[in-house]
Amino acid sequence: MTPDSLGWWGIPLAILGGLLRGSVPFLFVSLGECLTEKSGKINLGLEGSLLLGAVTGYALSYHSGSAWIGVIGAGGAGLALGAIHAWLVQQRRVNDISVGIAMMIFGGGLANYLGKPYIQPTAPQLPALHWGDWSDLPAVQSALRVSPLLLIGIAIAFTMQWFFRATRWGLIIRAVGESPTAAKAMGFSVGRTQTACIMVGAGLAGIAGAYLSLYFPGSWNENISSGQGLLAVALVIFARWNPRQCLYAALLFGGTQGLGPALQSVGVEGYYYVFNAMPYLLTLVIMVVTCSPVRSSVGAPASLGQSRPDA
Amino acid sequence: MNLFPRWRSHLESFCIPVGALLVALLLFGGLCALEGYNPLAVYSAIYQAAFGSWFAWQNTLLRAAPLMLSALCTVLPARLGLIVIGNEGALVLGGLLAAMTGVWWVSAPPLLGLLAMAIAGILAGGLWIMLIGALRHFRGVNETISSLLMNYLAIAFLSHMVEGPWRDPSSLNQPSTFPLPDALQLGNLPPSRIHYGLLYGLVACAIAHLLIQRTTFGFAVRTVGGNRRAARIVGLATGKLTLAICFLAGSCAGLAGMVEVAAVHGRANGALNANYGYSSILVAFVAKQNPLTVILVAILLGGILASGSLLQRALEMPDATVMVLQGLIFLVILYSESLYDRLPWFREPPQLEDEAARGMPPPVLAAATAKPPLPSGDLHR
Amino acid sequence: MPSPPRFPLSRRHMIRGLLAAGAFGATSQFWTACSSDSTADPEATEPTAAAATDEPLVIGILYVGPKDDYGWNQAHAEGAAGIMSLPGIKVVEEANVPETAAAAETMRSMIVQDGATVLFPTSFGYFDPHILALAEEFPEVQFLHCGTLFEEGKHPNNVGSYFGFIDEAYYVAGIAAAHASKTGQTGFVMAKPIPRIVRTLNSWMLGAQSVNPEATTQLIVTGEWSDPVKEAEAVNSMADQGIDVITCNVDNAKVVMETAEKRGIFCSGNGVNQAAVAPKGYLTGAEWDWTGVYTSYATMIQAGKTLMNGGIPHLFLGGLSDNFVKLSPYGAPVSEAAKAEAEQAKAGLIDGSLVVYTGEMKDNTGATVIPAGTEYKPGNPELEKMDWLVEGVIGEITG
Repeated sequence: MTPDSLGWWGIPLAILGGLLRGSVPFLFVSLGECLTEKSGKINLGLEGSLLLGAVTGYALSYHSGSAWIGVIGAGGAGLALGAIHAWLVQQRRVNDISVGIAMMIFGGGLANYLGKPYIQPTAPQLPALHWGDWSDLPAVQSALRVSPLLLIGIAIAFTMQWFFRATRWGLIIRAVGESPTAAKAMGFSVGRTQTACIMVGAGLAGIAGAYLSLYFPGSWNENISSGQGLLAVALVIFARWNPRQCLYAALLFGGTQGLGPALQSVGVEGYYYVFNAMPYLLTLVIMVVTCSPVRSSVGAPASLGQSRPDA
Repeated sequence: MNLFPRWRSHLESFCIPVGALLVALLLFGGLCALEGYNPLAVYSAIYQAAFGSWFAWQNTLLRAAPLMLSALCTVLPARLGLIVIGNEGALVLGGLLAAMTGVWWVSAPPLLGLLAMAIAGILAGGLWIMLIGALRHFRGVNETISSLLMNYLAIAFLSHMVEGPWRDPSSLNQPSTFPLPDALQLGNLPPSRIHYGLLYGLVACAIAHLLIQRTTFGFAVRTVGGNRRAARIVGLATGKLTLAICFLAGSCAGLAGMVEVAAVHGRANGALNANYGYSSILVAFVAKQNPLTVILVAILLGGILASGSLLQRALEMPDATVMVLQGLIFLVILYSESLYDRLPWFREPPQLEDEAARGMPPPVLAAATAKPPLPSGDLHR
Repeated sequence: MPSPPRFPLSRRHMIRGLLAAGAFGATSQFWTACSSDSTADPEATEPTAAAATDEPLVIGILYVGPKDDYGWNQAHAEGAAGIMSLPGIKVVEEANVPETAAAAETMRSMIVQDGATVLFPTSFGYFDPHILALAEEFPEVQFLHCGTLFEEGKHPNNVGSYFGFIDEAYYVAGIAAAHASKTGQTGFVMAKPIPRIVRTLNSWMLGAQSVNPEATTQLIVTGEWSDPVKEAEAVNSMADQGIDVITCNVDNAKVVMETAEKRGIFCSGNGVNQAAVAPKGYLTGAEWDWTGVYTSYATMIQAGKTLMNGGIPHLFLGGLSDNFVKLSPYGAPVSEAAKAEAEQAKAGLIDGSLVVYTGEMKDNTGATVIPAGTEYKPGNPELEKMDWLVEGVIGEITG
């Protein structure tokens, strides 16, 4: 414990730390949503998967003693909710946005219901990689403590980018998302492709939940996500359905998230509601500046969100 | 020769949602039984608490009232093909500005004062959502994400203003604006404890229905909602329509905020942000973006929320139970949409199966003959 | 037993409610009251007469969040659990009741459907307008609100307030904190800068300064009763600034305690005992103890005392001395010297010899907030309006 005070150097450090700590849930959920939407379906209910994943991960880690079992279980919980969503949206005329909103409530309700006994106990947490140990400053050490899940998430982002561009399966998913009829004519199963994408996407959201409950902030309670799942879904639009840009969007959001408290700690007081709203304002401003009426749809799958037609 | 043509199809559009409700309750009863509760006691509690008596009905309708107005904020843009989820933000802003209007104009005669407050709420909510429409039209900013982000901004603004510049210094542990004078508070519909907000909601839904179905403006909106590119080719001013419909949508949510302030809270404070906005998005989608169906779905949700109260008190079930029930009911209702035309019993004799069967699914409970476009395909535009 | 006049409106509601209540009404005495042929005198079945008959005393409790939030609501739920086992008492509870029309509906249903004659709405926001409106309508029901908002002459006679001076426990915890801190810098994570919360911060600061006059407290406001990510980020950024003891006043202190433990700094809890979460760094904590409060109320009411007949005081306040609040057992890092000093302060607070708010006191902008020679004892209304931060606190609380 050193008495060193970082002063204003705390701000970039807080952004860096916040970026490394806070961006992972956004990253996993937005990658999951990106995969889902590339296949032509929307899943607004990933917040529900995230919450159920958070409580499942925490409970399993508590009972098994291994946080990694919790992460796997959380992915499983996400897959299960994803399966329900996928089955529902394959029905004729069933609108995927409506199902997503209902799944968000159902998943959240289930998580709160099952999670009651796990608010109080402490579960084993995920380990961290200590990349900052070269420094004597505990602040630097702490900021550079990196979760392996962040690295896995970054790897998934780049793999997904390559997967869509260069693999046969990636091409099939894109074809299904662009034109289900054409894909069907080419002999691919639209339903099975979309089901797989929705389930894997929801599984990723479940893992995001496990990160919240098992690493940062590292606890289960009913407010653990404060809407991160919903926001991450929206970030996919911001990232123009591009996995690599999902990574940048998640880093931007995670990094600005810790800014409000950090500014207060160095003496920028008052206006905390305004500073806490900064990430939202910043995202909006970036969208207004970078969008244009002409090319706003670049990257979007052409059949996105269309429900299965009659008959 | 047939006095009541297509009765089977009408019966179908009544039986399917009701059947879905029953199936959802059956599933929920099964879950309760697994958890060791008596399903029959659960059903009885749900019925008693939501619809079992005039007392229960008032409870249900009170909870439904803010949902109707607020749901229109999603419904109207949906008819134009836009998915707006900024209900919470518009409601909060409308409530805050309405309260401040009442506070600034304390001496107003009751009717004028309430009118001014309503106008303030309508303008605040309307302009807020219109900004979303403008960003969409002029900058191509996706309206779903911008409305979500702007919810957070509106709530931050509310918190900042009621805890800072607009705070009544005597509102110690619950920072609020100055209270409204008694004359500027909305009363109850006699002879009940339901405030006038319910009436506003019913009227707004009816007006929205007429506007969409019976006017040239509504026809233009539906045309654009059906096919934006074609509408532009025909020469419809999509920009003006977008701004107008977004303003109307936001004004409904803003009015909901004004009602909350004038009929329930008597001032604006953090309690305004009570998730009505988010619940009403679900109402709008389950109602298939049909203003008349919104009324029924809002009452259903009001009833579910009311029964959640008794489930806790009488059966000591956890508070999250009602969320599970709500999710389950709406999932099954959404699934039931796919059953139209599939159940042989409801098939019309062949000669009568004309345009009705080929159209969109009949709306829940046959409330309207509207043909709402599903706005889901819009995220990419 | 007094028989307060009934409003025709409430009577009508009761009859309607009875029709509503059906099976649930059977538990309440309204059943007999309204089946007109069986009862000669309706006044005899006045709800407040419940204690005299075999009917249980029905107490309704409302929580603003989940009952098991490991914080504010859980502390109340534990208090409620303490009176459930008492003979002749039935408790009905509802959690997650928002401060909207839903709160009024829940209270009304508890009265009409469950036959509750005593209500404990435990969130500040229930008071005005919801409790005040219902208290007018049901003058025979007692509304006991957790807070200090009741004002004689302004509010209905069947409304009362109860609250604990938890800032006394914060003062003692501040002493333990100043002893443990090597840097003299402590941190405070605050949900909302409202007077009752600001007062805990100031008492913490004054407790710390009684040990180390140079001590400071950094304030970070999250703006939400529960926002785990911001709470964790707040602790991290304070730890980065060299702060080595942290406390908080948020709904659920678990995340703050856990994050402090991960950063290897000390922490002091809030609400309920959270030593298990931070076994190495937990010093002590300011805890609620509602069981005693609810038990005293139940005993008084069963003995026939009411707010209306003057048997129960309208303001029921207390601190460490009346067991409204308590301290968590001291953790391992608390030295013997610190314990001795903390215990001494505790004894002083209990016997009234130690008054925390004594002039001259300056706020952190240098202005005098308590003139020399003045002292504010715990129940003083001036303390209820606290909107200043005592000298040594680094922060600002306007918007």
